[in-house]
Amino acid sequence: MRVQALVPFGPWSWCLFLATLHCCGASSKLNRSTDSSAQRELNVRFAAASSQPAETISVFTLDYDYVQIPYEVTLWILLASLAKIGFHLHRRLPGLMPESCLLILVGALVGAVIFGTDHKSPPVMDSSIYFLYLLPPIVLESGYFMPTRPFFENLGSILWWAGLGALLNAFGIGLSLYLICQVPAFGLGDINLLQNLLFGSLISAVDPVAVLAVFEEARVNEQLYMMIFGEALLNDGISVVLYNILIAFTKMHKFEDIEPVDILAGCARFIIVGCGGVFFGVIFGFISAFITRFTQNISAIEPLIVFMFSYLSYLVAETLYLSGILAITACAVTMKKYVEENVSQTSYTTIKYFMKMLSSVSETLIFIFMGVSTIGKNHEWNWAFICFTLVFCQIWRAISVFALFYVSNRFRTFPFSIKDQCVIFYSGVRGAGSFSLAFLLPLSLFPRKKLFVTATLVVIYFTVFIQGITVGPLVRYLDVRKTNKKESINEELHTRLMDHLKAGVEDVCGQWSHYQVRDKFKKFDHKYLRKILIRKNLPKSSLVSLYKKLEMKQAIEMVESGVLSSTAFSIPYQAQRTQETRRLSPEDVESMRDILTRNMYQVRQRTLSYNKYNLQPQTSEKQAKEILIRRRNTFRESVRKGHSLPWGKPAGTKNIRYLSFPYSNPLPAGRDVKMAEFTDHDGSDSELPPITFNTHSPAESIQERRWTAEAIPMKSLHRAGTPPRFGYQRSASREERLGRGRRAILRPKPLFHAVDEEFESEEEAPAFGSLLSSELRPGGDCNLSHSPLLQRK
Amino acid sequence: MGSRSSHAAKIPDVDSIRRETGFSQASLLRLYHRFRALDRTGKGYLSRLDLQQIEALAVNPLGDRIIDSFFPDGSLRLDFPGFVRVLAHFRPVDEEEDGNRDPKEPEPLNSRMNKLRFAFQLYDLDRDGKISRHEMLQVLRLMVGVQVTEEQLESIADRTVQEADEDGDGAVSFLEFTKSLEKMNIEQKMSIRILK
Repeated sequence: MRVQALVPFGPWSWCLFLATLHCCGASSKLNRSTDSSAQRELNVRFAAASSQPAETISVFTLDYDYVQIPYEVTLWILLASLAKIGFHLHRRLPGLMPESCLLILVGALVGAVIFGTDHKSPPVMDSSIYFLYLLPPIVLESGYFMPTRPFFENLGSILWWAGLGALLNAFGIGLSLYLICQVPAFGLGDINLLQNLLFGSLISAVDPVAVLAVFEEARVNEQLYMMIFGEALLNDGISVVLYNILIAFTKMHKFEDIEPVDILAGCARFIIVGCGGVFFGVIFGFISAFITRFTQNISAIEPLIVFMFSYLSYLVAETLYLSGILAITACAVTMKKYVEENVSQTSYTTIKYFMKMLSSVSETLIFIFMGVSTIGKNHEWNWAFICFTLVFCQIWRAISVFALFYVSNRFRTFPFSIKDQCVIFYSGVRGAGSFSLAFLLPLSLFPRKKLFVTATLVVIYFTVFIQGITVGPLVRYLDVRKTNKKESINEELHTRLMDHLKAGVEDVCGQWSHYQVRDKFKKFDHKYLRKILIRKNLPKSSLVSLYKKLEMKQAIEMVESGVLSSTAFSIPYQAQRTQETRRLSPEDVESMRDILTRNMYQVRQRTLSYNKYNLQPQTSEKQAKEILIRRRNTFRESVRKGHSLPWGKPAGTKNIRYLSFPYSNPLPAGRDVKMAEFTDHDGSDSELPPITFNTHSPAESIQERRWTAEAIPMKSLHRAGTPPRFGYQRSASREERLGRGRRAILRPKPLFHAVDEEFESEEEAPAFGSLLSSELRPGGDCNLSHSPLLQRK
Repeated sequence: MGSRSSHAAKIPDVDSIRRETGFSQASLLRLYHRFRALDRTGKGYLSRLDLQQIEALAVNPLGDRIIDSFFPDGSLRLDFPGFVRVLAHFRPVDEEEDGNRDPKEPEPLNSRMNKLRFAFQLYDLDRDGKISRHEMLQVLRLMVGVQVTEEQLESIADRTVQEADEDGDGAVSFLEFTKSLEKMNIEQKMSIRILK
């Protein structure tokens, strides 16, 4: 479906839009004309023995009021979803502007419709609904999907930046605006300091995650990513806390009554609210993790437990006037690790998707409401206030970024460059949070609420559209990439090789920082927490059979996709082709280059990939699968020969397959040829070079020791050069079919190390590691994962 | 960090390693920790197995070759100096260092030439100093998805060799390799930031 550049709506959404219009029109007509009979019609539905019998039974009635609110809400959400579909269908749009742009546009459209038809929009948003229902899912989602390792590695910087940044921004903007308000010419004299401060606190709530998708392509480094993410995470919480404190201050009678004691109390309250919230969140996280330990027989309620406990943590914190947002965030972070291991595969997927769905819905509603508010009569425009707000927002963000990072760079191992700081500064895009807080200002305390709302809206529109759209090019520009399009094929190939090489060596180096603290935590985690919180004794057989099924599925897919065409092998390796220097036409070269560019494997994204509106794409998973399958298919020969890359293999060598059974006796020679079909997969429970069992040291089972013990003789057997050889008649052709004769590479057969990956190497490959293992979930105290990928937590 | 400086003493031959590779004391310490962490069974050296346990390398198309480059000359054990020596190739190039270098001393491991040499050996498996068409094809196969046909790959390999080959021997020597990459910013491409 070709979609025009800036019209992200599909045809269906137009239909829907028209339908909405029609309904609104109909309903408004209905409202106006049938006021009197409306009541009667309504009651007809419910009153069986009602007072007023209807004259006739009407065959067809339209009762819009009954369903109005849910109906319209559903329509809104549906409209936004259709718009998103259209948005993503267009290839280049998602990279150009953040998705929040789209949502705002949809909201504006709906607002225009509602305004145009003079329809009274349903009261979706008021204070309690927002804080109780709309906000928690959004925060839960960002807490749940937060990558924990980089977060905790950078925790100091993140807290410093997010916390102090928010405070600095809030007070800075508030104070500057107050000074502006003092200027009589602008007519803003009635806005006192507290109101300005409050406005400052709500306008400083940024939502930078929305722009992450835009410059994901540019591969910003992990720390930068984490800064932005961490800021988004903590920012909401801090803003709301500040907001509440300042509202409490405002409720006190007069500005002059506030004494230093009150201010100190405010600060203390700030800290208590923050830390208390986190504390409660952690407690609830542990409780829910503990409970999921026992849900194996009723796995359908696992998502329920997760959601209810998170929500409960939010509510409990709110009851005690602590920060619910921070509570739910802490709960999600704590819970995630253990819950993921305990719950069943389907529950896990359900939880992920449901979380995304809920947060999507919430955000959509907020944005639509924002659109509705935009197009209406509730505005008060004051040039000075609004312009200065915009200006001060930018200035103070710049000040806070550069000042705070200047300080924190002293203490960081890897300081942020100026370019990084520019990116952080520029990604200060406001979002739904600010609008909600502005909208929910109590009118009694803020007589000029409309002005605030207008100013907030302007800032949001400005940052989302202008900054959101230009941040991509800016980041790419700062990256100083040589956009040398006309690279020769050589350069292209070698560049990619070097990228892969660099990624590989980076993986070898691993991550390092705060070793000791993290080690200590991990030790503690293993000794106590995991024992209590994680389910034991998951039946191993189910995992192994799942793995086998997975293998088979992959092989079938590969066969079906025509990969394994036998033509590939007709050309023997060592055929001495005459070195003809054919003159290739430029088009040929171009097409070659094209093929190369399009089909080379992407370098593994070392940086994280978080998308606020979607779960990770599947392409990297496919690629990883392909690579793994290929590599595994060739892991035979060299083991016998004792070296890894048997270069110079003579043509026509049959790569004889044999099965290695590290934990049982080797199969007798002369297996049935019929089984050859499923060699790879049948024997996969043994042919588990990729499988690594990740167990706790205390739970190191005897089985494992046996495996290791048996595996080693296997290996030495191979080394000795007399492996159990199983000649299959079809093996040669099969080999040809299955791998284009990949080099056999040494794979460690005895991979059943009772080692805890978590203890040492810090690789967390959330982007694809969890993807690959998402199909094969870890369970219990054995983390079985596809290929050497261990399920990383 | 302060308490860990005492651990520097644990690294054997720390001074000669420093001189050879140019790593700072802190980096060496970190690398040592990493080495020890990779060496799970505490043997004191690394085997291929240990490196293969790094899951991210498993999905790297060049994973095996990278691992092999750590084990030069087919050895089976990788000790710490060897480990660091390979990683030294990826140290970012420090501009000042270049200027102060004593021209009589051997080139530092992270010079452009040495980086290129390291990359070259990923192609040139038989170590004959040349990348034959066959070797190029192998690397291409590793790096390209399955949907590209063999014929296409062969023609691409042909073309690649043809472009770089100047003396017409049908293979790419090291000098030709460097020449074809003269426009590329190797220093940046093959440097890992954290290995200061």
